Amino acid sequence: MDNVHDVSVYTPSPQRAEELLSSIGQSKALSVLETMYTIRAFEEKAEELYSLGKTHGTMHLSIGQEASALGASTAVRSGYDYLLNHHRGHGHCIAWGGDPNLMMAEFMGKETGYCRGRGGSMHIADVRRNNLGANGIVAGGIPMAVGVGLSIKMRGTDQVCLGIFGDGAANTGPFHESLNMASIWDLPVIFLCENNQYAMSMAMTRAFNIEHISQRACAYNIPGVTVDGNDYLSVYDVISQAAQRAREGQGPSLVESVTYRWRGHSRSDRQLYRTRDEVKEWQAQDPIPRFAARLIQAAFIDQAGVDTIKTRAYQRIEEALAFAEASPEPDVATIMEGVYAD
Amino acid sequence: MLTETIKETKPAAELRQLTYAEALREALRQAMQTDPTVFLLGEDIGVYGGAFGVTAGLIDEFGLERVRDTPISEATIAGASAGAALAGMHPVGEIQFMDFVTLSMEQLVLQAAKVRFMFGGKASIPMVLRMPAGSGTGAAAQHSESLENLFVHIPGLKVVMPSNPYDAKGLLLSAIYDGNPVIFVEHKLLYKTTGHVPEEMYQVPLSQSNVARQGRDLTVVATSIMVPRTLEAAAKLSEEGIELEVIDPRTLNPLDDAPIIESVVKTGRALVVHEATTTGGYGGEVIARIVASQAFDYLEAPPRRLAGLDIPIPYNRNLEYHTVPQVENIVEEARKLVRGAY
Repeated sequence: MDNVHDVSVYTPSPQRAEELLSSIGQSKALSVLETMYTIRAFEEKAEELYSLGKTHGTMHLSIGQEASALGASTAVRSGYDYLLNHHRGHGHCIAWGGDPNLMMAEFMGKETGYCRGRGGSMHIADVRRNNLGANGIVAGGIPMAVGVGLSIKMRGTDQVCLGIFGDGAANTGPFHESLNMASIWDLPVIFLCENNQYAMSMAMTRAFNIEHISQRACAYNIPGVTVDGNDYLSVYDVISQAAQRAREGQGPSLVESVTYRWRGHSRSDRQLYRTRDEVKEWQAQDPIPRFAARLIQAAFIDQAGVDTIKTRAYQRIEEALAFAEASPEPDVATIMEGVYAD
Repeated sequence: MLTETIKETKPAAELRQLTYAEALREALRQAMQTDPTVFLLGEDIGVYGGAFGVTAGLIDEFGLERVRDTPISEATIAGASAGAALAGMHPVGEIQFMDFVTLSMEQLVLQAAKVRFMFGGKASIPMVLRMPAGSGTGAAAQHSESLENLFVHIPGLKVVMPSNPYDAKGLLLSAIYDGNPVIFVEHKLLYKTTGHVPEEMYQVPLSQSNVARQGRDLTVVATSIMVPRTLEAAAKLSEEGIELEVIDPRTLNPLDDAPIIESVVKTGRALVVHEATTTGGYGGEVIARIVASQAFDYLEAPPRRLAGLDIPIPYNRNLEYHTVPQVENIVEEARKLVRGAY
């Protein structure tokens, strides 16, 4: 990865893909596939629960974007490195090693949830594992990612901070301030822009006058790469390089992961701004079967094995639901807790 | 590490005198000397020494990394402080003029203030954001604001306004180690005022109101520069037999209101004096607490507020002077309250 701003969309050559799979290894690769299915299952269940009236509020589903979450999370050391993401973040949390029980409990507003039911779908954090939370404000977490990077640099550890946001965030002021600041200070931050083509209803092509959001990197003299976000290996490869660069003290990178959100922005979205054909075209590039096909081709697994993994993932979410449903609601007597640290 | 509030008994002339700015600088220096996680960031705080000289010379002692000049990026100064605090540091950010904190609002109000609660009390943000407020420097409407009440309204933030050098040092040290995001509001006209400041590292506890003067006739709750102005007014009124009791909340939120209520029970009269505009100002909050308390039964006159006119700060020297309460205004208002004019 260098400072040349290539306008192509990166995807590894067949030979490179083979090398990557071989270095990842069968066990980890199968675990990645299972986690992708777990994310899909979690979000399908979330959608179902919402439709049945079992949850309230809103939610932002990342169905169709699972490869990006996994590619990024597995290219760094989740639990040691840091994550900040935004409100389409169920997938990131699970990919980071989050416990689906605690996530489902949070989604249902239960006391046993990650945030004791105070955060909900939009604000899940797993602080113990350095997942510093999902943010409901577009770009709201980007300046904090700079601060985390600054902390890492000043403490002198070899951690990195993965900051994930959407295409809409790249047009906000804090995005520019933050990438500039991270660049001038060579901070170990990976800015991952998941370009799912729409900021709510505003198409990326209408909101930007550039072809790729990664081109913005040139303004900060940092590497900018666009990758096929529906291909696990593409994201994994580029984020790995960005992480290495960050650990070596060479500073931040901007990675644009080109993907697509299959569902509406949130529950209220009637999706009048796009056609069904467009959605179908992207659904044909479903990242999960794409990755499964790679694994079958590499002889890591056969189709029957894939089906078993998928079944297990969906079963895992049923267990998470059972845990959440059996969990208590927060006690109203505790309503004031957590505003201030004692 | 820190000693409790200390009260010295030596005659005033023998006690070490520092300016308010020097007291703040000493707090920063001592915190940085004893704790490597404390660092400063802000615009022109390095070689320049800060727009009002508070950080002058600290860069020589602590270097570029810990006295970190930033680009003009107020959102990210606040956000990076929050992020660094989330990841184990104790940042002290500086906003060059309080007016500019409006550019940081999202990071403070939606992020720093809410992260802890939103994440179920499982994260904390031990950060301080210092900023000079106030008029009287001829800097007109965009460099003279007193916006503290915007932050008083936000649960999760603490708001501190020292009125003298002793409190400036002790409150700043408390704020750094408080474990919560603290908005630390200094006053430009106080920077050169002098007072006794012990050399040792001491804390003035947050949320502890100070009875700055005892008196029987009227309780005056004053903040920031209005404390010395009220004390001056009190000295004048004493000559005509009117004795003011002056209370300096020091921490506006969470407010220690017990001494205020107790005082009004004693005096039967209350006046709140602040520089910020009247409508929606802090005076309303203080008066609401007084009239909702047992002090209501002891009131001999309606509680009053004397605050800035509801206008932007004008440039013209005379207009500027007449925009905010001055000593003679306090004398007049206090006299009217005590003499039964209302």
